[in-house]
Amino acid sequence: MYDFEFERPQTVAEAVAALKQEDAQVLGGGQTLIPTLKQRLAMPSKLVSLGGVAELRFVRSAGGTVCIGGATAHATVAADAAAPYPALADLAGQIGDPAVRNRGTIGGSLANNDPSACYPSAALASGATIVTDRRKIAADDYFEGMFTTALDDGEIITEVRFPVPERANYQKFSQPASRFALVGVFVAQYADSVRVAVTGASDDGVFRWTDAEAALTQRFHADVLKDVTAPADDMISDLHGSAEYRAHLTGVLARQAVAAAG
Amino acid sequence: MNKVEMTVNGKPVSGEVEGRQLLVEFLREDLGLTGTHVGCDTSQCGACVVHMDGKAVKSCTMFALEAMNADVITIEGQAAEDGTLNTIQQAFQDHHGLQCGYCTPGMVMSAAALLRDNPKPSEAEIRQYLEGNLCRCTGYHNIIRAILAASGQEVAPMEVE
Ligand SMILES: Cc1cc2nc3c(=O)[nH]c(=O)nc-3n(C[C@H](O)[C@H](O)[C@H](O)COP(=O)(O)OP(=O)(O)OC[C@H]3O[C@@H](n4cnc5c(N)ncnc54)[C@H](O)[C@@H]3O)c2cc1C
Ligand code: FES
Ligand code: FES
Repeated sequence: MYDFEFERPQTVAEAVAALKQEDAQVLGGGQTLIPTLKQRLAMPSKLVSLGGVAELRFVRSAGGTVCIGGATAHATVAADAAAPYPALADLAGQIGDPAVRNRGTIGGSLANNDPSACYPSAALASGATIVTDRRKIAADDYFEGMFTTALDDGEIITEVRFPVPERANYQKFSQPASRFALVGVFVAQYADSVRVAVTGASDDGVFRWTDAEAALTQRFHADVLKDVTAPADDMISDLHGSAEYRAHLTGVLARQAVAAAG
Repeated sequence: MNKVEMTVNGKPVSGEVEGRQLLVEFLREDLGLTGTHVGCDTSQCGACVVHMDGKAVKSCTMFALEAMNADVITIEGQAAEDGTLNTIQQAFQDHHGLQCGYCTPGMVMSAAALLRDNPKPSEAEIRQYLEGNLCRCTGYHNIIRAILAASGQEVAPMEVE
């Protein structure tokens, strides 16, 4: 790993100032960034750790919205979002293993936008708002493809706001070695529509499965998905599963999610 | 170089570290606490698990500077001063929960974190909690039995195969 300067600010304002330096980068829980640095795939001049920024760690719920601080650990979301948004808490509790969940953060996961990560599916299916130190971004405009987001260099995710659905569920088929999602499907039913987001499957990263959304908005029942097939065209093919396999899993997991959301 | 200060196994410690120095390197190389192992260095195996402010973390995937002013507990903090093993360690010995012992420090630290949150876990809960701790030797069964025993639960005698 190349060396870098290390800064540990106490407030968001200090973190924003520290990130003004060229090639400075945010450090969240480090569960993705540290392995990347070890492989010398990144060479920041400075790491600005959010570990000391207490104001970025919270789970609050009010008026049908759950707001989560950008540096909140997965384990905290699993515990504190359980009452206001159980499907989201359940997703957080399935990420990696307990030690990863104690360090990894929601902001880091959404900033990284790994095509197999769990949180992007919850953010997209919930129509969440990603709040940064400078603006608010709708989930529909935020995810721009594998490992790519609308964030600018040095932009910090300070909060993520999830409108709580009437019913929701996340089904994850884990890749047993990495513990990421081979495919994961998040289904969320709101008063006027149903949103379905799929992770792990597509070369373009997380996506909304609009055919399934249309069918489920008509009638929220697993049976309506029997004849709706996910297109295999842009799906990932690797040693863990072919594109056709991932397309098939997408359908199976979506039906299971609808049934479990009950 | 940066100055780092923390408490390790109840004792205040300090040192000079580079930004990139990992917590596990600080523990092993600077403090000589070599009980914490590095199995993979890629956050997969859990041999490096320690507790920071009461939570299990992988010390190979944290910088020493992130533990500034924190309370760190390692495997060396488990046995009593006179070397008497704690309940979890003794159960690992009694139930043959280790063979080569490489994974054991991480297994014991993860087990300790589990039992603090969930004093009487089921076998399924133990297996799930240990998802991030790999053992190449034991096949896990005896580790699970040891943790069940350490939590005061009945452990069926091993069947002769
Ligand atoms: C063994 C293992 C298993 C895992 N399993 C899963 C899994 O099943 N599902 C899953 O979804 N993930 C999984 N992960 C990834 C994990 O969730 C990471 O925690 C997450 O992807 C990155 O979050 P972090 O806080 O650790 O970010 P870091 O590693 O610190 O940073 C990642 C990137 O995000 C940027 N960043 C960090 N915080 C912010 C912020 N607040 N604002 C803007 N940018 C920021 C960093 O600059 C960096 O580019 C796993 C990781 C490991 C090691
Ligand atoms: S050495 Fe840290 S997880 Fe393997
Ligand atoms: S006892 Fe050898 S790796 Fe677990």
